[in-house]
Amino acid sequence: MPRLVSHPDEVKIVTSRFGKGAANIDRYLELGGYEATKKCLAQGPEWIINEMKASNLRGRGGAGFPTGLKWSFVPKQNPKPKYVLVNGDESEPGTCKDHLIFLHDPHAVIEGTIIAGLAIGAKLGFIYLRGEYRYLLDIMDKAVADAYAKGFLGKNIFGSDIEFQIITQTGAGAYEVGEESALMESLEGKRGVPRIKPPFPAVVGLYGGPTVINNAETIASVPHVIEMGAAAYAAAGSERNGGTRLFSISGHVERPGVYELPMGYNLKKMIYEVGGGIRGGRKLKAVVPGGSSTPVLLPEEIENLGMDFDQVGKAGSMLGSGGVVVIDDQTCIVEFALRTISFYAHESCGWCIPCREGTDWLKKSLTRFHAGFGVAKDIDNIQYLAENMLGRTFCPLGDAAAMPTLGFVKKFRKEFEDHLNGKPCPFAKHVELAVI
Amino acid sequence: MSPETMTLFSPRVAARFDALVLKYPVKRSALVPMLLYAQDEVGYLSDAVIAEVAARIGITQLDVRNVATYYSMLRFKPAGKYNVQVCTNISCMLRGGYDVYERFQEELGIGHKGVTADGVFSLEEVECIGACCWAPAIQVNYDFHDELSPDHVPGILAGYRGKAIAEGTDKHA
Repeated sequence: MPRLVSHPDEVKIVTSRFGKGAANIDRYLELGGYEATKKCLAQGPEWIINEMKASNLRGRGGAGFPTGLKWSFVPKQNPKPKYVLVNGDESEPGTCKDHLIFLHDPHAVIEGTIIAGLAIGAKLGFIYLRGEYRYLLDIMDKAVADAYAKGFLGKNIFGSDIEFQIITQTGAGAYEVGEESALMESLEGKRGVPRIKPPFPAVVGLYGGPTVINNAETIASVPHVIEMGAAAYAAAGSERNGGTRLFSISGHVERPGVYELPMGYNLKKMIYEVGGGIRGGRKLKAVVPGGSSTPVLLPEEIENLGMDFDQVGKAGSMLGSGGVVVIDDQTCIVEFALRTISFYAHESCGWCIPCREGTDWLKKSLTRFHAGFGVAKDIDNIQYLAENMLGRTFCPLGDAAAMPTLGFVKKFRKEFEDHLNGKPCPFAKHVELAVI
Repeated sequence: MSPETMTLFSPRVAARFDALVLKYPVKRSALVPMLLYAQDEVGYLSDAVIAEVAARIGITQLDVRNVATYYSMLRFKPAGKYNVQVCTNISCMLRGGYDVYERFQEELGIGHKGVTADGVFSLEEVECIGACCWAPAIQVNYDFHDELSPDHVPGILAGYRGKAIAEGTDKHA
C-alpha cells in the first residue's frame, strides 16, 4: 500500500480526505462530500464555468491549460452528444499522484466529473484509468455503484430532471494513450494513435461529439474549488496559477512521497525541506521538475524557482505533471538520459516518423555512447536528432522525448565527453553493450 | 455458432462481456477492456480468444489483432501464473530498481519475458507503473509491492509459490 506522507508546509485541499476512509460513500458524505455537486445543480452551467475561470485552475496533466476556458469552448447547442472524459492514464515517469486520488478519494473524481458534465451539458462521463491500476478501478467501480445507489448518478441525479451516467474502464498499457486524442481513440476501441488538431476535442471529440478531457487531479480539484469558492482557491496559489498541486517527489530524497503544496512553492525548499534533502547526505546533481519529459534543471537554477507553470516555463523547463525526480551526485547522467529515452522509444506509437525513428536512433546512440563506444560527433548528432523531432509530430510525445534529451546534452556536455574513447563510466553499474 | 452459446469464458466473465458490449454508445469501445479481462481469465490472447472477442464485438479478427498488438499489457503467449513486472524506469532506477530486477532474474533463473519451467512465474522488465514515490516497485499480476530492496525478493517469491501450491498448480510441489 502506498505510504502517505505529510509536511507542515502542505496545504491540504485535494488531499484533505486522504487516509480518512473517504472511499466509503457514507464517510465521504460525512466529510462534506457531494455538497459541491448540489450547489452546482442549483447554480447552473454559466455560474460553474465562471467559477472555474475565476479559480485559475489549470490542467494538471502537464499542459497547464486553464480549465474554465477549456470548458467554455464546448458549444452550447450541438447535434451530437457531449462527453466528459477523465484522464487517469497516469503514465509519465515520476508521477504517481492520481494513484493516491483514486485510492483515497474516488468520490471526488466522480463529483468533479458530474460538475464538468453539468457545466458543458453532457449526460455521460468516462473515467479512464491506466491498465496497471486494476485495484484502483475496483475502488472506482465500487464508488460509482454506490453513487448510483444513492441517486447521485442516473436518469435524475439528486432528484433533478438532469441525467448523468459514468462509465469506468482501464487501458491495457500504453503511455501514448495519456495524450488526449489517443485516449479517445483507445476509448473507441482502436490503437491509441493521436489525431491531428484542429479540430480540438471540445468541438469534435469522442464519437465525434464535443468532449472535455481533464486530468484526474484537475477533476478531483473541481469540487474543492466549488466548495471553498473560486477566490479562496485561487488565493492558495500564485499569480495565474490557482490553488495547490500534488507534487510526486521521488528519486534520491530522504522522504519521497506525494505532497500537496501551493502553486509557486520553491523547488529548493521542496527538495531540502519537504523531501528531507538528498539521501545519505549526498549532493544534488540535477532535478527533473515535472515528469520525465521535462528538461532537467541544475542546482543553481532552482534557488529561487517557484513551482508554477509560468515560472518553470521561464526557467527553460516545464511544470508538467508535477513529478519531481531528484538526482544525486553519484548518478550517471548519460545512463539517466538513456533510461529516459528508452522509455520514449518503447512508448512511441509509431504514427509519426520523426518520433518513431528519432526515439529509436536516440536510444541507439545513447546506448552506444554509454557503453563507451561513442565518438565526439555523436554528441552533436544526438542534439541534431532531438532538435529535428521538436514540433514535427501529431502529439507531444516526440517533444517529450526530444526536450529532456536536449537538456541532458546541453547541461551535461562534459559528462558526455567523459564517456568518450572507451573511458569507463565513473558511476554507472548497468552498462548495456551496444547492439547496433 | 454464436458466442452466446459457445464461449471460452466462465459464466461470470461471459455475462460481464454480454453487459460490456451494451454499456458504451458504440459497441467497439468494449474492445480494450474485453481483451484485458479475457487475458486475465485465459492467461493470454489465444487464437480462440481473439476469434470470440471479434465475434462478440462484430469486427474482424484482423481488426482485433491490429488493436491488441498496440497495448503492452496484452500478450499472445502464456505467461507464468504470477507475472512479475519490475519497473526500472527513472524513479525506480535511482533507488535500486535494477538491483531488484537482477535479484529476480537470479532467483527465478529467467530473463525478460521468460517463464519458469513449472509455469508458476514469468518475469518482465516494465516501464513506469505509477509508484514512483514508493520506489523501487513491482507488480505481480495486478498487485503492487513497493519500497523494495533485493532482500525482499525471496520472500515475495516464496509467498506466491505458497499460493500456487495451495491452489495445486505447481507441478513440482
